[in-house]
Amino acid sequence: MALLEVRNLTKFFRGLRAVHAVSFDVDEGAIVAMIGPNGAGKTTCFNLVAGVFRADAGEVTLGGRKIGGLRPDQVCRAGIARTFQVVKPFPQLTVEENVIVGALKATSGVAEARREAARVLALLHLDTKAGEPAASLTLPERKRLEVARAMATRPRVLLLDEVMAGLRPTEVDEMVGVFRRINAETGLTILLIEHVMRAVMALAAHIVVLHHGEKICEGTPEQVVNDPQVLECYLGAEAEL
Amino acid sequence: MHSSAQTRRAAIALLALLAVLVALPAFASAYLLSAMVLILYFAYVGQAWNVMMGFVGQLSLGHSLYVGLGAYAAAALYVHFGVSPWIGLWASMGVSLAAGALIGVLAFRFGIGGVYFALLTIAFAEFTRIGFDHFDWVGGSGGFFLPVKQHGVVDLANLRGPPVMFYYIALAMAVAAFVIAWRLRVSRIGYYWLAIRENEDAAQALGINTFRYKMLAILISSAMTSLAGVFFAFYYNNLFPEQIFSMGRSIEIILGPIIGGLGTLFGPVLGAFVLTLLGDGLTEVTGALGLEIPGLKQVFYGVALLVVILFVPNGIWPAMARRLGFGPSKGSK
Repeated sequence: MALLEVRNLTKFFRGLRAVHAVSFDVDEGAIVAMIGPNGAGKTTCFNLVAGVFRADAGEVTLGGRKIGGLRPDQVCRAGIARTFQVVKPFPQLTVEENVIVGALKATSGVAEARREAARVLALLHLDTKAGEPAASLTLPERKRLEVARAMATRPRVLLLDEVMAGLRPTEVDEMVGVFRRINAETGLTILLIEHVMRAVMALAAHIVVLHHGEKICEGTPEQVVNDPQVLECYLGAEAEL
Repeated sequence: MHSSAQTRRAAIALLALLAVLVALPAFASAYLLSAMVLILYFAYVGQAWNVMMGFVGQLSLGHSLYVGLGAYAAAALYVHFGVSPWIGLWASMGVSLAAGALIGVLAFRFGIGGVYFALLTIAFAEFTRIGFDHFDWVGGSGGFFLPVKQHGVVDLANLRGPPVMFYYIALAMAVAAFVIAWRLRVSRIGYYWLAIRENEDAAQALGINTFRYKMLAILISSAMTSLAGVFFAFYYNNLFPEQIFSMGRSIEIILGPIIGGLGTLFGPVLGAFVLTLLGDGLTEVTGALGLEIPGLKQVFYGVALLVVILFVPNGIWPAMARRLGFGPSKGSK
């Protein structure tokens, strides 16, 4: 049984079918990528898993436990942490305080949360910024702060929503290195939405492709890039593929 | 982040201030003492209000509701049944907690925030005021009066006594409120509150039950504020719905923390000092010049607010703390 199982997930926004009958598995310790053109329903999928929206049909289970219908805070406490595509830092708090808020979920008190925050910040190369207000960070730094905050909750599954967007190629490689290391060292399961194919190809052993709210293909990176349907939906739009 | 040296310096300054305040009645005039009572009163309610606005970002413009309910509950029990205010204050807190819980559930369960939350708090204060205008058991619009016994005899059990007794009670309340706000601020609750203030969606995504923590804030704030009402009732000995529940009173409560520094621990204290001393000083000076200008204090409050928002939008304390080398206070961001 997979750690995270998504079955037949469906969501309508009025008449718009944003996500339709999407099913996939994320195995424990795996890194799975979700790709697809803009508007394919990737972020909606994330929001359904994270409890922001309630699904019209379908079920999500984490380690065998149904988590459909839970509030975002309950989903987080169940073990799924997420980042936001449009970053949502706590601007007036310091970088350290931002991460302490996340770390408090899995720690007994503020002192322990502060130590945990320091550890996570070092992992994401934000330790030199610890005392600065989050509002002063650059966008790539804010993306890393999102990751740090989510990781500090010690999740079983980490949902990353376009954390590579806007990074330079060297920065992408650095982030890829960070996630690889975390995955290898702690066995953290990662599900990521990503447009930067450089990162997807380097990280994911398994890729799910969405188009118009439906899953059109899934498999290894080789299988996916050679799939005629995938090539068709990406044609012209994403030259990198 | 603040170094331990900064913390030590701030602690020493704080203790020195406390020593001066404790010794003050020995050399202060009756006038200064009454001004100080007012300052400490505003420092206390400012701190209570700051828990909601400064820490959790929920703007209450109806805190006079809790002052009024607290005042009337303890006063009515005392006048009608001879119940000591030390027992009555529990009833005051109970009534205010109930009101706070009702407002909180209505607002936070149904996602009412920002300016709509503010309107809801005004509405509750206003219709409670109108209700008390017709509440004859406590005097209605004609006012409710506490018996004034021999002045000068300290009767702490019934809160009857000279101004100096009230001064020390107000001082104890202000200090207690400061300590409570500080302990909350540096605890898990404080971090969660600030997170909700800064970005509620992100806070929830990190596992914070935002409804529960917002409820906690309104309950703590309303209970604390009701005790200010008990103090008010036994200090002034008269209560009028038109005054105690008025929106003007709510505004007076919030000016100190805004001018001193929202979300900081020293802001409400500093704001209370600045506003009361300058406001009273202004009326004294114009009075000495033979000028009776009605509403002058309100105009001064308006100007003070304007100046602060223009030049130190985060309040006086954060700017002052940097100058004094205290760094950002523990209470500030």
